[in-house]
Parts: sequence; structure tokens; C-alpha cells
Amino acid sequence: MSFDVISHSPALLIAIPLFGAFFTPVISRLHAKVRDGFVIVVIALTEILAIFLAQDIYTNGIRKYVFGASLPSLTRPDTISIPVRIIFEVDGMSIFMVLISLTIALVAAIYSTSFFKKEDGLDRYYTLLLLLTVGMLGMELTGDLFNFFVFLEITSISSTALIAFWIDRGESLEAALKYIIISSLGALFVLMAIGFLYGQYDALNIAALANSIQFTFIDKIALVLLLAALAMKAGIAPMHMWLPDAYGEAPPSVTIAIVAATQASLYAVLRICFTLYGSVIGMSTIGWLLIGLGLLTIFVGVTMALIQKSLTRTIAYAAVGEIGYMIIGVGTALAASTETFASVALKGGIFHIFNDILDIGLLFLVAGAVIYATNERSLENLGGLARRMKYTTIFFLIGLLAVAGMPPMNGFASKILIYESTYQLNPIISIIAILSSILLLAIFVKIFYSLFLGPELPNLKDVKEVPTGMLIAMSILAIVIIIIGLFPGYFIQNLVEPAATALSNPSNYINAILGGA
Amino acid sequence: MIYNIPYIAVMLLILVGLYAVIAKRNIIKIIMGISIIESGVNLFLVALGYREGGLAPIFTNLPEKTQIPGQLVLPVPQALTLTSIVIGVAVLALMLALAVQIYKHYKTLDVRSVRRLKE
Repeated sequence: MSFDVISHSPALLIAIPLFGAFFTPVISRLHAKVRDGFVIVVIALTEILAIFLAQDIYTNGIRKYVFGASLPSLTRPDTISIPVRIIFEVDGMSIFMVLISLTIALVAAIYSTSFFKKEDGLDRYYTLLLLLTVGMLGMELTGDLFNFFVFLEITSISSTALIAFWIDRGESLEAALKYIIISSLGALFVLMAIGFLYGQYDALNIAALANSIQFTFIDKIALVLLLAALAMKAGIAPMHMWLPDAYGEAPPSVTIAIVAATQASLYAVLRICFTLYGSVIGMSTIGWLLIGLGLLTIFVGVTMALIQKSLTRTIAYAAVGEIGYMIIGVGTALAASTETFASVALKGGIFHIFNDILDIGLLFLVAGAVIYATNERSLENLGGLARRMKYTTIFFLIGLLAVAGMPPMNGFASKILIYESTYQLNPIISIIAILSSILLLAIFVKIFYSLFLGPELPNLKDVKEVPTGMLIAMSILAIVIIIIGLFPGYFIQNLVEPAATALSNPSNYINAILGGA
Repeated sequence: MIYNIPYIAVMLLILVGLYAVIAKRNIIKIIMGISIIESGVNLFLVALGYREGGLAPIFTNLPEKTQIPGQLVLPVPQALTLTSIVIGVAVLALMLALAVQIYKHYKTLDVRSVRRLKE
């Protein structure tokens, strides 16, 4: 084949949704149905490409794609020794995150096709959704720090506009303003840190920086700036305050895309801890810091979820708590870097990224279905919905069991890895984590009871089951949840293991750029 | 000392901006704070790229007897700054648009009154 798709796929993964985004307003001139189909096809095409790329990476190792000078010696003029180029570097961890983001984007697009009926401005909505996808993919694929900053800003701008989609509600505007202020502040700190690193090492490429980093005082400042800003974007307590607002007020199809964007920030935290500072960092210090933050995040998320009155905000606080589980998994891996259970903890943390977005995503979609059918957000005015919405009820039950980490579901598979390994580091961590899981179960059982069971309320007499598009989107997530729950070993071996190996061996990432080329 | 003046200005700009974001009640002033921080960061990048006696690397426009690459500056920090300015404008426009909408809904820009989200 003259045009090798796989070798160009890192660029195509960005290019296809980007051009799709620009063509969406044109195509929506034809017909709304054509536009919906077009968006789904674009994301599905990107996902297929990502799957091919993933297979290639698992067999042939890290793949890089160079924009600009393909060899470091190609410099113009010949006397300047620095090649002008941007490198995309895709390893097991990046492609793992890319697959998650694309799956979620696909589900969000399918869900949107039947979730929005009365609203106008949907051509802009789909454009922004595709741009958000581009931003996430870019953050995950790029091997260049400044390029990362650009994609970070693309993600925050498009998600802000999407959070404010229901512009006639003051709450959405408030949440969007909060989000843009937090994320632009965070992005500026990231840029400042990039400036610090560039000023010292004359490089923006993550691999080149990781190779020459010295961990001087200035590097420590840069690390603090990067970690603080990205932890803020990832919603780690005590910087989580924007997250419940944004998750709670955005349309649910947007919320799950923003959960994916949040996890792209989390990916950046991992990339910085493991790869950029991987060779110099005092691992256990950062590890214990992450464990502390993780426990605080779980505690804050779960206790705040307990007292919420709105359905979406309860799930949003549960989402905050779930982020804590990933953080303690990763933190344990860093704190116990030489022990054998460190790799188990890392696998648990990474696996939980995937499981969390499926569980929380499914719950948000169910919340969206309830809002769609009843036009009601407060838990106090809802009840007895199981009579009218039987599929939605089943999906909520699956999501609730998964989020609480009950055995047949996927949440159990990753949480057991986290419990097991944190117990070996310090039993108190795992006790807090298990207790919080039980509390989560209690919260959602309570919601399940008040939402779906109980007597039929008079104001909900004419509620109908939601349309097929939303049911399809929810069933995709539910089926994936159950499949992962039944065969966790397969997924750990084929998806999580390469990601964990990629993170714990930063030298591979560095050598792929500096060794061969 | 004279070379440190840009960096001191950077620090002052960022502190002023942070003060505005944290302490001010008016949404427009908070947005101004973000904008000031952004100017500080941009100034930081430009100051990093400064070399005394350096020339812009425009090859058709260099004076006679320029030492290449000795006298040329690497244009990367300037390129970063330009990109950052463009992104900054987009973010600023988006924030101001949100402020306009918030004013339409709440008839005020005081953050103490714009808090329907507080439970």
C-alpha cells in the first residue's frame, strides 16, 4: 500500500475529528439527521483508526510521528543545531487514554442525537463536541509540552462553551464561568512552568527534557506549578470545587465528555510524574503526597455526595470521590516503587481510569434520561419511575453496582487491585477506601429507592421511556461494564498492562525519540 | 540587576493578577486579573528569549557580516508568545461573553449575588 495509514494515524487521529468539526456546520445545512450521522461516522472512523494504531503499538512498540524536520540533523540553516519540529509520541499509556476518550465521545454523540429535541444551535454543539474530542486526543498524543498547552486550551475553551449550552439557565453560566476561570488560570501556570523548563534546557519535547532534567530548584518550582495546575484541572481535592458545578449543570452528554477531558488532565499528571520527572523525582515523597490528596478527595467527594439534593450533583460528587481512587492507586505505586505490589497498584489506578468513566458516565446518562423524561432535577420531586422507565432503571442499577465496586461489575475489578496493594503499603488507606465505597453504595441505593421505587407521583403520570438513541448509548456503556466485570483478566492483560509498563519505564519513551532518530 | 527587571515585572504582574482574581468581587475585574496574569506570563516568555545584540532570524533581511548563528536569536519563545496571545484573546472573548450573559440573567456582576449554585 502506497499510503501507510497506520504510520500516519497519530496525525489522522487529530485531523479527522478536526476537519469533521469544521465541516459539521456546512453539513448541517443539508439536514439535522445527516449531521448527526456525519458526527457519529467521524468519531467511529477515528475510533477504528485508534484501534488499529493500538494493535500496532502493542506489537511494535512506541510509535512517533514528526511534524517538521523528520531527522534531528535536518536544520535550516545548516548551522543552527536545533531542528524545528513537533513530535507526537504514542505509547501504551497514550493509546489507552485515546481509546477511552474516543469511546466516550462516541457514546456522547449517539446520546446527543436523541437527547436534544427542542434546542437549536445544535450544529455548533456538535462542532464543539468534536473540538473537545480533538483537544483530549491532542493532550494524550503529543510529545511536546507547548503543544500540550495548546490542546489543553482547546479542551477548556470548547468545554466551557458546552457547559454553558443551556444558556437560559443562570446556573449553567455560573458553572461555565467558574470552569473557564479555573482552567485558564491553570493553563497559564502550565505555560509558566513550560517557560521555566525551556529556559533551562532549550527543549520543549518531553523526551528530550526528561533526558536532561537535573531537578534543580527551578525544576522543582516547575513541577509544583505543573502538578498544581493539572491537579486543579483533574478535580483533585482541595481544588475540586469547580467540578460538581460543571458536571452538574452541563447537559449530561457533555458531562461525560468533560469527565474524559478531566481524565486527560489526570493522564498529564501521570506523564509528568512518571516520564518527565521519572528519573530524578523523590518517588516516595510525591507518592505519599498523592495518597494524601487521594484520600482527601475520596473523603470530600463521598461526604458531599451524601448531602446533595440534586441528582446530577450527587453523581458529580461521587465522580470526585472516584478520582481519589485512581490517585491513591498511582500514589501507592510511586510510594512503594521497589516493592512487588507497586505494579499491582499502578495497574489498579490505571484500570480504574477506564472503569470510573464507564460507571460515572452511565450514571450521568441515566440522570440525563430522567431529566429528559420528567424535566425535574431535584430528588424530592421524583419517585416511582421504575413503572414507566424500565430500561433506564436497569441501567441505573448496573451503574450503581459498578460505581460501588460490587463483584460482577467492572468497578470491583479495579478497586480490588487498589485495595490489595494499598493494604500492603498501609492498611488504613485501604480501610478508608473500602468504607467510602460502602458509603457510595448507601448513597446510590438511597437514590435508587427514591428515584425509581416507591409510589407513583401524581406529577409524573405521563412519563415515557426515553428514545432509542439514548437507550443505545446507555446500553453500550452497560454492556462494556458487564463484559469488563466478567473478564477483567483479558482487559488487564491487553489494555492496562501495556499502559502500566509504558508508564513505569520512562527510558523507553526517551529512547524512542533520542535513541533511534 | 538590569537584566532582572523584566522578571521582577513578571512577578509583580502575576501577583497583581492573582490578587484581582482572588480578592475582587466584580466579574469584569476577575477577568481583568486573568488577563494581567497572562500578560505577565507572556512577558516572561519574551524575556526568556532575549539575547543582547541578537537579531531576528529573517535571512533575507540581515545586515552585512552577521555571524550565523552566533548573532541570531532562536525564534521559539516568540512563537510561543504569539500562540499564547492568540489563545488568550479567545479565552478573554469567551469569558466576557459569559459575563454579558450572566449580567442579563442576574442584573449584576457581583460574585456575591451570582451564586445560585451554592446549595
